[in-house]
Amino acid sequence: MDLSKKTFHWMMTQRICLQETACYTNAVTQEATEEVSLDSPEREPILSDGPSPAITPVTPTAMLTPRMGLGTAEMFERSLDEIEEDDSGDTFDMHIAVSDPEKVGDGMNAYMGYKVTTKTSMTIFSKNETTVRRRFSDFLGLHSKLASRYLHIGYIVPPAPEKSIVGMTKVKVGKEDLSSAEFVEKRRSALERYLMRTVKHPILLKDPDVMMFLESSELPRAVSTQALSGAGILRMVNKAADAVNKMTIKMNESDAWFEEKHQQFENLDLQLRKLHASVECLVCHRKELSVNTASFAKSAAMLGNSEDHTALSRALSQLAEVEEKIDQLHQDQAYADFYLFSELLGDYVRLITAVKGVFDHRMKTWSKWQDTQLLLQKKREAESKLQFANKPDKLQQAQDEIKEEIEELEGKVQQGEKDFELISKTIRKEVSRFEKERVKDFKVVIIKYLESLVQTQQQLIKYWEAFLPEAKAIA
Amino acid sequence: MTSTIDDSDKEKALSVSVDLNNDTSLLIDIPDALCERDKVKFTVHTKTTLSSFQKPDFSVPRQHEDFIWLHDALVETEDYAGLIIPPAPPKPDFESPREKMHKLGEGEATMTKEEYTKMKQELEAEYLAVFKKTVQVHEVFLQRLSSHPILSKDRNFQIFLEYDQDLSVRRKNAKETFGSFFKNMVKSADEVIISGIKEVDDFFEQEKTFLLDYSSKIKDSTARAEKMTRSHKNVADDYIHISSTLNSLSVDDNTKVEGRVASDQELKLTELLRYYMRDIQAAKDLLYRRARTLADYENSNKALDKARLKSKAVAAAEEQQQQCLQRFNKLSESGKRELTSFKGRRVVAFRKNLIEMAELEIKHAKVGQTGDSLSFYLFLYFILGQKFTYAKLTVSLNSLENSRK
Repeated sequence: MDLSKKTFHWMMTQRICLQETACYTNAVTQEATEEVSLDSPEREPILSDGPSPAITPVTPTAMLTPRMGLGTAEMFERSLDEIEEDDSGDTFDMHIAVSDPEKVGDGMNAYMGYKVTTKTSMTIFSKNETTVRRRFSDFLGLHSKLASRYLHIGYIVPPAPEKSIVGMTKVKVGKEDLSSAEFVEKRRSALERYLMRTVKHPILLKDPDVMMFLESSELPRAVSTQALSGAGILRMVNKAADAVNKMTIKMNESDAWFEEKHQQFENLDLQLRKLHASVECLVCHRKELSVNTASFAKSAAMLGNSEDHTALSRALSQLAEVEEKIDQLHQDQAYADFYLFSELLGDYVRLITAVKGVFDHRMKTWSKWQDTQLLLQKKREAESKLQFANKPDKLQQAQDEIKEEIEELEGKVQQGEKDFELISKTIRKEVSRFEKERVKDFKVVIIKYLESLVQTQQQLIKYWEAFLPEAKAIA
Repeated sequence: MTSTIDDSDKEKALSVSVDLNNDTSLLIDIPDALCERDKVKFTVHTKTTLSSFQKPDFSVPRQHEDFIWLHDALVETEDYAGLIIPPAPPKPDFESPREKMHKLGEGEATMTKEEYTKMKQELEAEYLAVFKKTVQVHEVFLQRLSSHPILSKDRNFQIFLEYDQDLSVRRKNAKETFGSFFKNMVKSADEVIISGIKEVDDFFEQEKTFLLDYSSKIKDSTARAEKMTRSHKNVADDYIHISSTLNSLSVDDNTKVEGRVASDQELKLTELLRYYMRDIQAAKDLLYRRARTLADYENSNKALDKARLKSKAVAAAEEQQQQCLQRFNKLSESGKRELTSFKGRRVVAFRKNLIEMAELEIKHAKVGQTGDSLSFYLFLYFILGQKFTYAKLTVSLNSLENSRK
C-alpha cells in the first residue's frame, strides 16, 4: 500500500532521532551515529495497517526489542512513557494554575496581578500547595534569569509570552470591553502554559529562581525587563551583534546528527509558521461567519413576521432560530480554534526559535574553541620562529614568556573542546526531550480540538434535524 | 474559457420555482450552454404538441440579451398589463470567480503545488456553480412563461423559441435603451402614486401593504444571506490552506465538505431569496400598472365632470371614462388571479427549498464528522511523528461521542 511505503520512508529519516530517544531512556552511552540494523522482516509487522492496539511510538520499541528480548506484541503495548518512568525516580507530579487576573493601581502605572497556585507532591518543594501573586514583568524576569544561565550551555529554555504595548495600554486605560477581556484571558492562558513548560524541564525545575518564583511571597521587581531600561538596550545591541556573527561563522559540522537536526528544525519552523498564519486566518473568518449568521438570523425573523402565510411564517421564524443557534456554535468553535490550536502553534513557533538559539550557541562555542586553537597555533609558530632569532640575551626571556602563554592557551583549548562536547551532549538530550514533549503536547491538544469539531458537527445535525419537520409542515 | 454542462449536471440542478401547472403541451428546457469569454450561449430546446409551432421538437441558440428583449417586449405589451410578467433573468456574472482566479494566479509563487491545485479546483467548482445557476435562472424564466395560460401564446415568445436566425435585428437599439431608462424613472414616480392612491378594493389594499413590506425585508435577507455564504466560503478556503500545509497525502474530505456546504447553500437559500426578491418586484409592477389605470380612471372621471359642466365633448369624455373603467376592471380581475396564484407558488417553492436545504445541511454535517477525523489523522501523522492507525483514531473518536451521549 502506498501509504505504508511512505510511512517506511518517513520512518527511515527519523531513525536517528528516535535512536537518541532510546539512548536517553536506557541511559546507555552510545555513539549517536551507530547504525541500527533495520532488516525488513523486523520492520514489516510495524508498518502493516493491522490492528495495532495502542497509539504508541512503535519504532523505538522495535529497536529495543532485540536487546530486551521481549515479545514483539508485548513491546507494542508498552508506551515509551512507561519505559522512561521505570528509569526515572520521582515521577513528575505538579500542577500550576494562573488565575484571578486583577488590576492593581491606576493610570499608566497600573498592572495586572495574577494568582499563581502550585500544587505538587514533589519533595523538593516545602509545601504541597502554594499561592502567590505575580505580575507580568515577574515572569519576564524569571525567564531572563533562566536564559542567561542555561541557554548558552545548551538547555532549551521555554520562551516567555510576548509583551504587547497595545494590549496593556487598553487595560491600563481601563477599557472594560470585550477585546481587553480577551487580551487578559489570552495572556493568562499563555502564562500558565509557560510555567508548566518551564517546570516540566527537570533541570529548570530545580533552579533556585524558579522555586523562589513559585514559593516566596515577595519578589524583587524585575526592572531589567523593561524595553527601554539599560538592560533592555544592552539586549538589543547583543542581538544585533549575534546576528552579524552568525553570518560570519562557518562551522565545519563533523556530526551528521546536528546537521540533520538543524535542517529539520528549519523546516519545522517554516511549516509551523505557515500553519499558524493559516489558523489565525481561520479564526478570523469563523468569527466573521458567526457575525454574518447572526445578522441573517435577524433578517430571517423579520421576514417571517411579515409573511402572511401562517405555516411559512412559522417555518421562517424557526429558520431564524436555527441560524441564531448556529451562530453561537460558530463562535464557540472559533474560540476553540484559537485557544486550542492557534495558541499552541504560536507557542511552538517561539519554542523552535529557542531551539535554534541553542544550536547557535553551540556554533559560538565551537567558534571560540577554534579561535583559541588558532591562537595557540600562532603562538607555537612564534615560538619556533624565536629559535631562529638572533638576540641571544632576550631569547630566553621571550621563550619563557611564550611557553607560559602556550601553556595557558593549551589549557584554554582543552577547556574549549570540553565545553563544546558538553554543549553537544546537552543539546542531544534536550532535543530528544523536546521532541517527546512536543508529541505529548500536540496529542493532547489535537484530541481536544477534534472533540470540539465533532461536537460542533453533531450539534449542527441536531439543529437541522429539528428544523426539517417544520419545513415539511408548510402547507 | 469554454465550458459546457451536460444532461447529468442538469439533473442535479434544482429549480427554485415550481410549476403548478401540469400542462405538458409546451415543454422548454436548456439542455446545453456554452461559455465563451463573457458571452454565454444557451441552447433553448422546445418540445410541443401545439399546432401553432412549425415543428414539434426543435432547438435554437440564444444569448442573454435575447431573453432581455423578450422580457421587455412582454412588459411593453399593453394587453399583459394585468399580468405578473416573470422577472428577467439577471446577467451572467462571472466577475467574482474571475477575480479570484486572477488573485490565485498572482499568488501562485507563494503556494505549494498541491495547495495551488486545490485552490484552482475550488475555483473551478465555483465557476461551474455560477454557470449552472445562470442556466437555471434562464430556464426558469422560460418555463414560467410556458406555463402561463396567456403568456405562453404570445407571438414574441413564439418567435423567441422558433426563429432560427440571430435575433439581434429585433433587439433594442440605442434609442430604445434610452427609452427604457426613461421608463424606470417613470416607475419610481409610480411608487409615489401607488402609496398615495386611495384603494377601493380590500384585497388590493392588503396585497399592497404586504408586498411593499415583504419586498424590503426580502431584499435585506438576501443581502445578509449572501454575506453569510461568502464568509462560509472563506472558512472553506482556509481549510484548504491548512490541510495543504499539513501535507495531506490522500483525500481531504474536510475541505470538500466545507466548500460544498457553501456552494450548495448558495444554490438553495440565497438563490431562493434572490429569485423571490425579483418575483416580488414583478408583482409590485403589476400593482403599479393597476394603480396607474385607477389614476387614469379617476382623471377621466374628473374630465367627464368638467366636460359635462361645459357641455363640450361630453361623448368623447364619456367614452374615455368607459375605456378607463374597462381597463381598470380588467386589470383588477386578472391582477387578483395572478396575485393569488403567485402566493400559492411562493409558498410551495419556499417549502421545497427549505426542506432540501435542511437535508443537505444534515448530510454535510454527517460527512464532515468523518472528514475531520481523516484530515486530522494525517495531521497527527505529520506533526507527532508517530504512526497512528486510522482504526484506532476513529475508535477513540467514537468513544468520545459515546461518552457524551
